Amino acid sequence: MSHLVEINDLQLEFVSDSGPIRVLDGVSLSIRAGESLCLVGESGSGKSVTALSLARLIPTPPARYTKGSICINGSNVLKMSSGELRAIRGGVISYIFQEPGASLNPVFRVGRQIKESLKLHRPEAANDAEVIRLLKLVGIPAPEQRLHNYPFELSGGMQQRVMIAMALASQPKLLVADEPTTALDVTIQAQILDLLRDLKQQLGMSILLITHNLSIIGDLADRVAVMYAGQVVEEASARDLLKRPFHPYTRALMHSIPQLSGGSERLPAISGTVPAPGQFPSGCRFYPRCPSARPECEKTAPDLMEIEANRWVRCAYARELIEEEYS
Amino acid sequence: MSVEDVSNPQGTGLQQSSTLLRVAGLKVHFPVKKGLFSAVKAHVKAVDGVSFTIEPGETLGLVGESGCGKSTLGRAIVKLVRPTAGTIQFEENDVSLLAGGQMKAVRRGMQMIFQDPVNSLNPRMTVEEIIGEALDIHRLAGSAQARRNRVRELLKAVGLNEAHAERYPHEFSGGQRQRVGIARALAVEPKLIICDEPVSALDVSVQAQIINLLQDLQRDRSLAYLFIAHDLAVVKHISRRIMVMYLGKIVELAPAQIVIERPLHPYTQALISAVPEVDPESKRQRILLSGDVPSPINPPSGCPFHPRCPVAEARCKVERPALREISPGHWAACHLA
Repeated sequence: MSHLVEINDLQLEFVSDSGPIRVLDGVSLSIRAGESLCLVGESGSGKSVTALSLARLIPTPPARYTKGSICINGSNVLKMSSGELRAIRGGVISYIFQEPGASLNPVFRVGRQIKESLKLHRPEAANDAEVIRLLKLVGIPAPEQRLHNYPFELSGGMQQRVMIAMALASQPKLLVADEPTTALDVTIQAQILDLLRDLKQQLGMSILLITHNLSIIGDLADRVAVMYAGQVVEEASARDLLKRPFHPYTRALMHSIPQLSGGSERLPAISGTVPAPGQFPSGCRFYPRCPSARPECEKTAPDLMEIEANRWVRCAYARELIEEEYS
Repeated sequence: MSVEDVSNPQGTGLQQSSTLLRVAGLKVHFPVKKGLFSAVKAHVKAVDGVSFTIEPGETLGLVGESGCGKSTLGRAIVKLVRPTAGTIQFEENDVSLLAGGQMKAVRRGMQMIFQDPVNSLNPRMTVEEIIGEALDIHRLAGSAQARRNRVRELLKAVGLNEAHAERYPHEFSGGQRQRVGIARALAVEPKLIICDEPVSALDVSVQAQIINLLQDLQRDRSLAYLFIAHDLAVVKHISRRIMVMYLGKIVELAPAQIVIERPLHPYTQALISAVPEVDPESKRQRILLSGDVPSPINPPSGCPFHPRCPVAEARCKVERPALREISPGHWAACHLA
């Protein structure tokens, strides 16, 4: 299977008064056709800028790509003209975001907003029938009436469905979902995740899911990349990662989340706070908070290494730690 | 509905006399008007006949989806919103009857911490001023030196250090700001803290720190919490009992473990089944609820949950189920429970 997206050694800096701030440092990721990849990380880890970079949605300046490449179907997005980029945006990659209410235009009916996307990408299909088909596809009841609604007349879950319908109007190869369920209630979150999984199967498209919530990745992701401080620290299949997390950060993160099936004993919290971009520690970026840190971790920055087949970890002592933990 | 016909779920196995907070038949209705001067068209029944108790040193968890009235309930208890009906008895006082100086005295006993520490801390005040203000209002610091010492003592108690006293809120991370909010609440030595989504705005790795801090403080100072959150796993972790709200009403109330393991109300069952689990092996049967929470302006007849309920019967449409004690300490409002 060929790679739809291939990010290679990407480095991104933002220009600020106090000099450049590096927010991505050597990020390499790939997504195959029909595959779903989940980027997990806390605020400031670089997961959203990575996702936005795919369609060059980060304005340059103030941002600057100082190294690396992003290839979509083999051509480098960083070298594209604005015309070529316009074809990629929507045509190949569509986005949905956390707050559907903020992404929809409040003064136009939702049917018209979906039609706008159709006019741009598939003018021959820009009619009510196609809008209704799309609304049906995303599970909106009574779509014939709903298309005349304004966004404020819809609930958060319905608004997110409209956003998904709009994103699908252009028949993209990749749907980027940036925290699509964070603003929604758990019962609605379960509905939206189910919908995304169905759509992936039905339409055979790839999904890049961005989330801070480790618990939802098992529902949707084939593979997972965990980001911390502008780097990928672990990459594996969703199943492997959830069953046997290798990187100390992934492990600590998973243990610090209360589980319904767990007791009420004290949570093993990670000490300290997520470092802000520009204040990433030297050496291993997680070492100041790492429960298994050693003196050498402060000095040498570890590389992302393939520990087992298709399992990548950025930790110099990964092998020893895994043996301790899982033997 | 009068206060008399509201059932009054008690805490488990505790003396009635020791009860810290006793809420009975509480209603908060907001008028809905069309246009600025026109008459009231309807009421949003944000909280509609809620009764419960909190014992000293206990954590009562309160869960529900957005719009179910859980935050309004929290605010009504400290009278940040005015209750429409019902009584709120805190220790010996009926809070709903108090005003002015008397209310101020009672407020010392109950404090609140909020979801968003950015918006609940004054950006133009240093941490010392923010925490000190609480001491000044209740005249708890005799001298400037005593005030200074007390602020530093509180900062230490919440895991910050003395140097942080001089700083402004923007100089802190989200987790540290929440610690400042907690220190402010602790300043007046309350017996009850209403925690309104205290960890949901925080990074995952910081959430656990704040949860641990709240538990440590509870142990050391025998605080009681009303812990409001939408994350069931967090609520279960921290609470002794859990109360589930739907459309302004309590639908289930029981010890935490029992609510999660043997939920009686179909809404609670659906809510629990929707919680995603990290463990990929866990194959919990998911009950997908169709549709959204109905509007609290015009709630469904009978059982408010019946339009979304997978097991609803004919009588659920007409008859409103009362909150009944199904087994000792386990209350549910469902005909079929």
